Amino acid sequence: MLHGLFRWDRVVLMTPGLAASASPHASAYSASPLIVARGLSKVYVVPGAGELTALKDLNFEIYSGEFVSVVGQSGCGKSTLLKMLAGLLPYTAGSVALNGKELRGPSADAAVVFQSPVLLPWRTVLENVLLPIEFRKLSPSRYKQKAFELLEMVGLQDFVQRYPYELSGGMQQRAAIARALIQDPRLLLMDEPFGALDAMTREQMNLELMRIWSQSHKTVFFITHSIAEAIFLSDRVIAMTTRPGRIAEVIAIDLPRPRDLAVINTDRFGRYAAHLRALLNAGGGVSE
Amino acid sequence: MTLQSTQLSGIEAREASPRQSLSWFRRYPQFTISPAILVALLALWWLASDVLHAPTYVVPPPEKVFQALVRGLSRAPWDHASYWYHSGVTVWEALAGFAIGSALGALLGFALSHWPLLGKSWYPYIVGFQSLPKVAIAPLMVVWFGFGLQGKVFITAVITFFPLLVNTMAGYQAVEPERIELARSCNASEWHLLSKIIFPSCLPFLFAGLGVAAVLSIIGAVVGEFVGASAGLGMLLMQYNQALEIAPLFAVILLLGLIGFLMNLAVGLLERRYCFWAQRSNAAVRT
Repeated sequence: MLHGLFRWDRVVLMTPGLAASASPHASAYSASPLIVARGLSKVYVVPGAGELTALKDLNFEIYSGEFVSVVGQSGCGKSTLLKMLAGLLPYTAGSVALNGKELRGPSADAAVVFQSPVLLPWRTVLENVLLPIEFRKLSPSRYKQKAFELLEMVGLQDFVQRYPYELSGGMQQRAAIARALIQDPRLLLMDEPFGALDAMTREQMNLELMRIWSQSHKTVFFITHSIAEAIFLSDRVIAMTTRPGRIAEVIAIDLPRPRDLAVINTDRFGRYAAHLRALLNAGGGVSE
Repeated sequence: MTLQSTQLSGIEAREASPRQSLSWFRRYPQFTISPAILVALLALWWLASDVLHAPTYVVPPPEKVFQALVRGLSRAPWDHASYWYHSGVTVWEALAGFAIGSALGALLGFALSHWPLLGKSWYPYIVGFQSLPKVAIAPLMVVWFGFGLQGKVFITAVITFFPLLVNTMAGYQAVEPERIELARSCNASEWHLLSKIIFPSCLPFLFAGLGVAAVLSIIGAVVGEFVGASAGLGMLLMQYNQALEIAPLFAVILLLGLIGFLMNLAVGLLERRYCFWAQRSNAAVRT
């Protein structure tokens, strides 16, 4: 019964030759994957305690334009994985390529949205959005128009000259999304960006993110520990087990787009959720 | 979103309270209660000297002190008997030492934090110097620099150096790691990381250090003058003390208090201007 509903991608995904068929959107966007990870591992050396394997032998592809979520409980290494894709952490074994190039440090093709907005309090919203442009030694004045457009897209057009402390938590995270998008990255790496928001704001932000994603045609790699959020947003969900972090299964979410909040109450959504919960429970407990 | 609703958010909304006039007294205690305290203290002083007849060398009458103050301040600033002249000398020594000491303290603080090897190797000496009472070197200043300004500037610089050093290092430690990750994820240069992330993040700590250093700078200048000087409020204090002229002595002490207050106020105004986004409370590291 379940087998008929779910697309069992795990086996398929592990086999490079058949990988393309694993993503329902792969053919619609691009033939070659944006990210290819092979045998990706991360081992931390803990002083006095030996070695700690955070991530073990990850194999996956992410295709251009896809929305892929990673779910797993705290400590499964999902944030480590994101930092490795951002070039902020070196990996200890295996390989990962972004846009055909082996990842060695931060790439201009990827931008990060962190768990907290990380807006600089001494800069206005506009100045915060232009910060990456300054870091990349480009001319901020030439990107001003684009910053205005992005701020309008995330609904902050009336707060351009405000300071972060004048904004609510949700608005601050919208500004952080605009700051990531101004770099025009192919890949948007999001590390539980709505984890600190209340439930209502979070749902609102999920809807906003879907709209922004469909308008900007970016590839999104989204970390969360909420099963519902992962299913609601994603084309595919990577479920991870804990210690060491491994991929338990990659599940394609076959729900029609555009999605609205009503989809959460459908049977199909419920079955995806039940399956993911069972997977994560087998891996050692789960938080909603 | 209309213009009106955006204007209502933030500070404007809070200031538009209808109970404004009623609570004005409580809202601005610095303009209401603080002057009242001053009046009460003056009344107590007057009570002790003029009513209870405390000896004048213990508590000089307020009017005598006031007379001395007026006499000292009514002379021209270039007159060596005027308080303006001596205040000018002391303030100049304090400001010069403050500028040199705090600039060096902040610079070294950044350097020691930015290069951990440097920081770790210098750490024991810094702790050693810091626990030393800096005024202990004041007598040495006369030997090294004589009775001129240099000795006072030097000791003030030594005293103001440490609050800035310690606060800068604390501020550097307290920079949110995510801010640094943000910069790194954008391929920011080392210089951009320092100038656009770390330095502004440290500003609340720097201002806490400057507030402490401002007060200490006056102490440094006065102590420097105590051990040997030809001008300055510290020298006046010594002269009046030896001559048992207690009323002008009190006048000079009041002047010193006023100067310290004004310097603290100046630092506070600069902080409001450049650090408006931070709450001072989370940046207090005292030395």
